[in-house]
Amino acid sequence: MEKSGVTLETPVDLKRPPLVDHNRSLSWITDKVSDIVEQPTPKWWLLALCFTVPIALMGLVCIIYQISNGVGVWGENHPNGWAWDITNFVFWIGIGHAGTLISAVLFLTRQKWRTSINRAAEAMTLFAVVCAGIFPAIHIGRFWNAYFLAPVPNANGIWPNFRSPLLWDVFAVSTYFTVSVLFWFVGLIPDLATLRDRSKSRIGRFMYGIFALGWRGSNRHWRHYEMAYLLLAGLSTPLVLSVHSIVSFDFATSVLPGWHTTIFPPYFVAGAIFGGFAMVLTIMLPAALIFPQLGDLITRQHVDKMAKIILLTGSIVGYAYLMELFVAWYGANKFESFTFFRARAAFDGTGWYQWAYWIMMFCNVISPQIFWFKKMRTNYIVVFIVAQFVNVGMWFERFTIIVTSLAQDYLPSSWGHYAPSLTEKLTFIGTFGIFLTLFLLFMRFLPMIAISEVKLVTPEADPHRGHDKH
Amino acid sequence: MNAMSQQRKVYGLGAEFNSAADLMEAAEKIRDKGFSKWDVHTPFPVHGMDKAMGLGKSWLSSIVFVGGLTGLLTGVALTTVPSFALYPIIVHGKPYSWPTIPAFFPIIFELTVLLSALTTVGSMFLLNQLPKWYHPVFNWDRFKKVTDDGFFIVIEARDSKFSETRTKVLLQELGGSNVTLIHD
Repeated sequence: MEKSGVTLETPVDLKRPPLVDHNRSLSWITDKVSDIVEQPTPKWWLLALCFTVPIALMGLVCIIYQISNGVGVWGENHPNGWAWDITNFVFWIGIGHAGTLISAVLFLTRQKWRTSINRAAEAMTLFAVVCAGIFPAIHIGRFWNAYFLAPVPNANGIWPNFRSPLLWDVFAVSTYFTVSVLFWFVGLIPDLATLRDRSKSRIGRFMYGIFALGWRGSNRHWRHYEMAYLLLAGLSTPLVLSVHSIVSFDFATSVLPGWHTTIFPPYFVAGAIFGGFAMVLTIMLPAALIFPQLGDLITRQHVDKMAKIILLTGSIVGYAYLMELFVAWYGANKFESFTFFRARAAFDGTGWYQWAYWIMMFCNVISPQIFWFKKMRTNYIVVFIVAQFVNVGMWFERFTIIVTSLAQDYLPSSWGHYAPSLTEKLTFIGTFGIFLTLFLLFMRFLPMIAISEVKLVTPEADPHRGHDKH
Repeated sequence: MNAMSQQRKVYGLGAEFNSAADLMEAAEKIRDKGFSKWDVHTPFPVHGMDKAMGLGKSWLSSIVFVGGLTGLLTGVALTTVPSFALYPIIVHGKPYSWPTIPAFFPIIFELTVLLSALTTVGSMFLLNQLPKWYHPVFNWDRFKKVTDDGFFIVIEARDSKFSETRTKVLLQELGGSNVTLIHD
């Protein structure tokens, strides 16, 4: 505190609710979070793995089948060169954005409530980006030539087109994954040291010890560590905005009606955060149910705030949908108005994928409006159901954008229906298996909550506590 | 203390404190006494401790600036050299002259961020001398609490003001408990 001579006291009725309920001690936080990792393997965990691992393996089998037989095993064909693959790519990469938003943007804006959810959200980001990366890699067809995407001088003397949004994507997604891994690992170091110091087994001490890098909580280390964390947050914030903007450029820089719009970058970023928070709630609410001991760390306050972000970003997305319709009408471009009013909204029944458009509208725009009511925001069942609607809605948003624009564009003679093949469907389901398996492994072997960061927001951490003279 | 540890070199003296507030007060006094080779160990970063220890702002950011600049220049070189000199591509009859350089901005930006982030983490490890899997403080049993709820001050023997007896008394006077001699 600066010595100003004036003491500012917050009025009692304006005081913020505590971030950790029941005024828990530092060691209570350590115990409860580490306990999840240290207890004997729970039965539900093994059962859950028995469920997710076969699904993940099924996905891998489909991927191998697709690589060995070619893209012909998918339902994609002219004019639908992009369909489920890019829908799934954009869906998964968007989900990742909530994790970065929680860890970076909420850190820069000093939203202290982020501390009890950021670790799990960051893990979710990594696993979602892993799932996202699969699709563009395999949809190129000749997977073994995927390295052509990278600007490496090769035997043919060929260089990629640096003006292509698809190459921007390669840089954006790989940078995003690398920076997310770094951010996550830097955050984990002090907590890995906690697990190292508590571990009773030799192997635990060794493994956690290796990855804790010999962390000893030194203030001379914390000084650089906190600066590094701040810099990573500062770097990740524009990064996360750039990644989904670049993903939207894949569409926006083309000439296809329904894709060629300037509203895409902000609209995609808002949608990504919207869908990502829904996925955070989808995995955090069951986790809060399974680990009731974390109830004082993941409180109703957290769920309430995440629901508010869903309401805000959902409304931004809704605004973007309406603005697209307005511009389609006001712009007086007949191809664009055809795409929006007839191919998508299909007021006259021309559109083949009208159902996808209206599922998207209902799930993304209507369903989150229930969060205007605090009672609904703090009701875990309602929040979970709405989160599922949002997950579905955001997938259909990408499907609508990609497939309706391609299937019915300029000339009716070049229109073509699209239906996914079984391989496509199973590959997509398989990525959920991969995502959930990775998340279950994370829950079992790493601290799910950022222990040292939660400690920092408790009253005990205040160095001026009980010492008024400072 | 066993015979073995008596033969080993003394690393320093460690003391335990009850809370972040007590630790900060003690750190301020040790700073004012003019010690230089000492450290504070806490389970979380205590805000204001840098000032209490007499440490300035971390200058990690200036290294990261250099890293970011390297990324920026790499991005500029990587996009312009192949596109204008090595392998100019005309796609869809679109222009490929110098006014098209805004199309390179995404890649330049991403490489700037990537190199900055790698420099941030890399130089943080370098400045902190991590990984360092062995350190004398780990020989102290109570030190395990540092990642739970322990607050420690360790004064190193190589400090010119260090004395096994007087420094021990000082740490006790400052409110430190379990003042212990740590061996290398």
